[in-house]
Amino acid sequence: MSRFSPANLRLAQEIIRRYPVAKSATIPLCHLAQEQDGYLADDSMAQIAELVGCSSAEVLGTASFYEMFKMHSVGKFCLGVCTNISCQLLGGEELLEHAEQTLGIRPGGTTADGLFTLEDVECIAACTEAPAVQVNYRYFHRLTPQDLDQLIEELRSGALDGVVPAHGTLGKVRQDLGEDRIANITPPEDQTEPVWLRRHRELAEAAAAADAGTPSAVGNDS
Amino acid sequence: MIGTVTPASKMAEGVPAVVSSRFGVPDGHTLAGYTSSGSYKGYEALRQVLEMSPAQVGSVVKDATVLGRGGAGFPAGVKWGFCPPGVWPRYIVVNGDESEPGTYKDRLLMERDPHQLIEGCLIAAYAIGAAQVFLYARGEMPHAHERLAAALNEAYAAGLIGKNILGTDFSVDIVLHWGAGAYIVGEETALIESLEGNRGMPRLKPPFFPAAKGLYMAPTIVNNVETLANLPWLFNHGVEQYRSVGTEASPGTRLIALSGHVNNPGIFEIPQGTTTFRDLFESEIYGNGIRTGHELKMFIPGGASAPWFFPEQIDLPLEGRLIGGQGSMLGSGAVVVMDETTDAVRAALRLVRFFARESCGKCTPCREGTTWEEKILQRILDGHGRPSDIDLLLDVADNISPGPYPVAADPGNDLEAIPFPPRQTTICPLGPSSVAPITSAIRRFRHEFEAKIVQRDLISVSSEPFTDLPEQSSLAHGAVGHV
Ligand SMILES: Cc1cc2nc3c(=O)[nH]c(=O)nc-3n(C[C@H](O)[C@H](O)[C@H](O)COP(=O)(O)O)c2cc1C
Ligand code: SF4
Ligand code: FES
Repeated sequence: MSRFSPANLRLAQEIIRRYPVAKSATIPLCHLAQEQDGYLADDSMAQIAELVGCSSAEVLGTASFYEMFKMHSVGKFCLGVCTNISCQLLGGEELLEHAEQTLGIRPGGTTADGLFTLEDVECIAACTEAPAVQVNYRYFHRLTPQDLDQLIEELRSGALDGVVPAHGTLGKVRQDLGEDRIANITPPEDQTEPVWLRRHRELAEAAAAADAGTPSAVGNDS
Repeated sequence: MIGTVTPASKMAEGVPAVVSSRFGVPDGHTLAGYTSSGSYKGYEALRQVLEMSPAQVGSVVKDATVLGRGGAGFPAGVKWGFCPPGVWPRYIVVNGDESEPGTYKDRLLMERDPHQLIEGCLIAAYAIGAAQVFLYARGEMPHAHERLAAALNEAYAAGLIGKNILGTDFSVDIVLHWGAGAYIVGEETALIESLEGNRGMPRLKPPFFPAAKGLYMAPTIVNNVETLANLPWLFNHGVEQYRSVGTEASPGTRLIALSGHVNNPGIFEIPQGTTTFRDLFESEIYGNGIRTGHELKMFIPGGASAPWFFPEQIDLPLEGRLIGGQGSMLGSGAVVVMDETTDAVRAALRLVRFFARESCGKCTPCREGTTWEEKILQRILDGHGRPSDIDLLLDVADNISPGPYPVAADPGNDLEAIPFPPRQTTICPLGPSSVAPITSAIRRFRHEFEAKIVQRDLISVSSEPFTDLPEQSSLAHGAVGHV
């Protein structure tokens, strides 16, 4: 049975068609599955394997390498506090400790109400806005412990639902690259020279031949 | 809403905003904004380029000396020339995996000016004859994905990407791809592995130089986001104007993320090679001074992988080769300032922990070595260090990167700089990067390590077996279950 919903299955097939080699779609499809279910389920990985043409062990092998894929359900909000250098210098580690106390969990843990999973994360590219936090990968900058408490409160009350979607949701806008749009998918075995390059090469060769006073070399294989 | 400050970006007088001119424009990310604001008119460069031959386009980029902004600083035009002639297809992979601690510029370029990057990709694709462009953005940046997806959709609809671009015979697709959280995927061969749907583990170079054997073993050009974002301005203003900013060897500007203990942290576009660290830290338009009431202790000139600099190096200009000769690197344009309140051991541990967590596990010196480095530093910080630990740390480091390790000059101690890059026993430079904070900190602040180790004797902890230490380290990727 399909773990993907019919709409997501269609989307998965469209995503696969963008790549010259289907297996390249593995990570985007794992994201799609996680977006649908909030985590990456075993039967999703089995279905992805079937779709991209590899074994489900290979999909697990790939997915387990990457931090973002969760193999079991996590809180509605994944709260990642950056403790890397720029944030550490401005109180990131203390902020994480504060979050542990407020939520009553350690990094990696989920609150009993299933709302929050806390994470001690590496640099999230917001270093000038330290200490920085992400909630389901949406940014919050320069937080004091009080700001963090307020943020947690607002998340809990649903006040930020429009800003922070549920865990697993990535970009709310998708690239629209259906079959009618794609210009060309070139698999590695298709070894033709792109037309605009060929045109310019032939022009250059003809010009060189004219300069040398010889007939055009175009088409001469020797 | 709480905590949503927009980063500053101010320019020194007379410096053109090559890549950051739309950072402050509210609709700079849309097609309408891109064609009506900023330091050039959007998609004009593409029109011009389509009237040139691909070879001419390549020459312009070569003549301008557009240095790679991803870390190694290799000139883009030269790299493009490495594709073996007559071998097809060729691919372009855009490296938007920005995750080097301290680095924050590619995300802004993707979020605030996605069309600039798209136009840069198209110019590169036209020049090298790319069959397809894959734009690999870091997974943890959904807002960048949204902006890029929207911009791509708009550009497709306007006939700027896809089939017969602007009515010519140039056709190419740009596929937005995104990662899922792994620093090592920023390394170009790991990026390619990841794009092929695999674990992001680097390949050996040689033979797997991407320009010869890259994505699907075909010739592939990997360029950083900022590198490509330079191209539209370059083609609008010409080589001469591009080269009139910065220095002969390093023309143009760079985006620098200045973070840590300064009054005004931010992203600044500065001329390469002429701005010094002192300008950057002290000038009102940039850092506006070390945190008031404090003084500079050390700084990282180019991201977590770079050996540290100290107050003596503050008058060096931000220029790749000079910094390399002085024992460090400009890397990804991430400058992290640390004042006297910073505990050198704690800072080194945090950086080393990063490399231990992010090691892909493919080679033993890195996989095992970074874990050991982290454990030893942790026990020193916790007051359980042993007198032999400093030597042990240096010994483990030496197994990953056989010394002498690059270091900054230390005039007081008559020590000369040992130039960057370091040697390595590993497949990629991640392992050796973990050595940078250790050697930097021990060489300069050995007394801080010793003080913590002596402290241990004072609290008279009996000699505990190594294995009983608190387990702080998370092993390499995938070796531990996900939380
Ligand atoms: C461990 C490691 C991480 C890297 N991370 C990035 C990165 O996040 N973004 C990037 O553009 N380059 C990164 N690089 C450099 C790339 O390997 C590559 O040199 C670069 O993308 C080439 O683009 P450029 O020539 O335009 O600079 C990294 C290198 C290493 C060794
Ligand atoms: S040095 Fe480290 S990150 Fe690089 S390939 Fe080896 S194990 Fe992987
Ligand atoms: S160090 Fe925290 S965001 Fe970069």
